[in-house]
Amino acid sequence: MVGTLVVSALAYLALRWSFGFMRSDDVPKVATMLVAIVVGVVGAWMLFWILNNLVSSIPGERLREFLQPFAFVGPALLLLFIFQIYPTVNTILISFLDDNSEEFVGLKNYLFAFTTEDLLTAFRNNVWWLVIVTSVTVSLGLLIAVLADRVKLESVVKSTIFLPMAISFVGASVIWKFVYAYRPAGTAQIGLLNAIVTWLGKEPRGWLIHFPANSFYLMVIMIWIQTGFCMVVLSAAIKGVPNELIEAARVDGANAFQVFFQVTLPCIRGSIITVATTVALSVLRVFDIVYVMTNGAFNTQVIANRMYVEMFKFRNFGHAGALAVILLVAVTPVMIVNIRNLRQRRS
Amino acid sequence: MSETLSRSATGPNYVLRRILAGTTLRLVLVSICLLWTLPTAGVLITSFRPYNDIISSGWWTVFETPFDFTQWTLEHYGTVIAEEGVGNAFLNSLIVSIPSTVIPITVAAFAAYAFAWMKFPGRDLFFATIVGLMVMPLQMALIPMLRVYTRLGLSGSFLGIWLAHTGFGIPLAVYLLYNFISQLPRDLIEAATIDGASHFQIFTAIVLRLSLPAIASFAIFQFLWVWNDFLVALVFLGGGREVTVLTTQLSNLVGTQGQGWHVLTAAAFVSMLVPLSLFFTMQRYFVRGLLSGSTKG
Repeated sequence: MVGTLVVSALAYLALRWSFGFMRSDDVPKVATMLVAIVVGVVGAWMLFWILNNLVSSIPGERLREFLQPFAFVGPALLLLFIFQIYPTVNTILISFLDDNSEEFVGLKNYLFAFTTEDLLTAFRNNVWWLVIVTSVTVSLGLLIAVLADRVKLESVVKSTIFLPMAISFVGASVIWKFVYAYRPAGTAQIGLLNAIVTWLGKEPRGWLIHFPANSFYLMVIMIWIQTGFCMVVLSAAIKGVPNELIEAARVDGANAFQVFFQVTLPCIRGSIITVATTVALSVLRVFDIVYVMTNGAFNTQVIANRMYVEMFKFRNFGHAGALAVILLVAVTPVMIVNIRNLRQRRS
Repeated sequence: MSETLSRSATGPNYVLRRILAGTTLRLVLVSICLLWTLPTAGVLITSFRPYNDIISSGWWTVFETPFDFTQWTLEHYGTVIAEEGVGNAFLNSLIVSIPSTVIPITVAAFAAYAFAWMKFPGRDLFFATIVGLMVMPLQMALIPMLRVYTRLGLSGSFLGIWLAHTGFGIPLAVYLLYNFISQLPRDLIEAATIDGASHFQIFTAIVLRLSLPAIASFAIFQFLWVWNDFLVALVFLGGGREVTVLTTQLSNLVGTQGQGWHVLTAAAFVSMLVPLSLFFTMQRYFVRGLLSGSTKG
C-alpha cells in the first residue's frame, strides 16, 4: 500500500516535470519527442499498475471483488464518457441554442440549415457523394477482384490498387490537385489531365471551378482511395464461395456471367452490404478533401466542411451543432443495426 | 471472360480467341493499375525536378531522357524540411502518433479483458454502448471538447491530442480487441486462476502475449489513422508552427504555396514516407489492420 502510494507520487512528479520539459522551447525537438513517447507509453501502463495495486490493497474482500473489474475497465469507460457521451448530449443541446450557446432558440438552427443556399447545395452534394462514391467503389472493387483473380500477378495488382489507402486524405488531395492543375491555353500543361485534353486537341479546363462536374472530380479522389478497400474485402469473400457450388452451376451449363450473377454474387451479398456501409459512412463525413481542394467554393460544399466553417470562421456554435446532429441522424440506422446484430450474436 | 468464349470450343479459332481474351484481361488490368499509380508517380517525380523544369514542362517528359542526371535534384526536400516547417512537423507527427497508438491500445486491452473475462454490473449495457459509438461522427464531439480543452488549457498541447485520439479511438479498439480476447481458450484462463494468478498477472503474462497478432494489426491501423488524421489535429492542435503535424502543415502549404509545386510535391511525399514504408514492409498486418478498423471515423 505504502509502496503504491510512493510510486504514484513519484509518477505524478515525473509527469509534471515532463510536461514542463515538453513545453519549454530551448530543448531540441528530438529530446522532446523521446520524452513525449516515454511519458505517453509508460504513463498509460503506470496508471493501470497503480489502479490495480490500489484495488488489491482494499481489505474487505467483497468490495475488492466488486471494484476489481473497474480497475480494468474504468479508464476506458471514463474516457468514453468524457469524449463521446458527454459531447453527444452537449452538442444536441447546443444545436437548440444561439450562436454563443446562451439562449434557447428552438429549431432556428435547423431551419437555417434547411433554408440556406450553401447548405442546400451541401446536402445535395452529400447525397451525390453517397450515391456515386459508394456505387463506384463497390462495383469497381468487385470488378478488379474478379479480374485479378484470373491472372498470375494478382498480388501485384491488388497492392497497386490498395496502396492509396495508406495515404492521408490531405496527401491524396495534393496528388490530385496536381493531376487537375490548370494553365491557360498555349502554355505547357503540367497537370496530367489537361495535358491529355490538349493533346487530344481540346481547350484546357479548370476542373475544380466548373459546376456541377467539379464535385465529381473531388469524388474521384475518394474513389481512388477507397476502391482498394472494397477490392480486398470482396476478393476474400469471392475466394470463400464454395467451389462445389460453382462447379455444380457449370455442370448445369451456366456460362461465366451466369455463374457470377447467380451463384457468386448472392453468396457474397453480406460482404457487399458491409463494404458499402463502411464506404457510405466515411463518405458522409468527408471533410479533408473538400477543405484542401476547394474549401467548399464553386458549389462543392459538403456538410462537414460547412460545419467547420461555422465553428471557426463564423463562430456560430448553434449552426455548427445542428449540422453535427444532422450527421448523427444520418448514421443512426447503422448504429441501431450494429447493436441489434450484437444482440443476435449473443443470444 | 475466357470461360464464356470456351463454350464455342469447337472451331479452329478457339486457341486464338483464348489468347485474345487473356490479352484483353491483362490490358484492362494494366490500364487500371496505371491509372492508380500515375497520380502518385507524378508527384514523386516532380518533387525531384528543378523548379524551372517543373513549371515549363510536364513531369512525364523526364522519360524522354531518363538518364540525364542534371534533371534531378534533392533541393526541394532540403527546402521543405528546413524552411517550410516540414521537418518539424514530421517530428510532431511522431510525437502525436506513437503515444496516440500505445495509450488507446493499453486502455482498450484492459477494458476488453474485463468485458471478456470479468463480471461486473452494467457490462452488457456498456458493451452495447461501445458498439453503438463505433460509428459516431467525430463532428459530434468537436464543439464541446474544444470548449473543455480551451478551459483546461489543453488546446495545442500534445497531452490534449493524445487524450483526444484515445477517447475517439476507444470504442473501435475495445470492440476489435474484445473479439480476439474473448475467443482465447477458457481452460487457459481458468487454469491460471486455479494456480492463484491474479487477473493482472493473467492479463500481462498470458492474454497480452497471445493477443499480439491482433494488437499488431490494430496498432498499425491506429498509427496510420492518427498519422493521416487531419480534422482532430486541426481542431485540437491547430496549425500553429510549433506543434503542427504533417497533415496540417501540408494543408497550410496548399494555402500559402498554391502553385508552388516544387514545395507541395516534396512536402506531400515526406508526409507519405512513413505510411508507404509501413505498407511495403508489413503488408500482411497492414491489410488486416486496415480491414478490421475500416469503420472508424
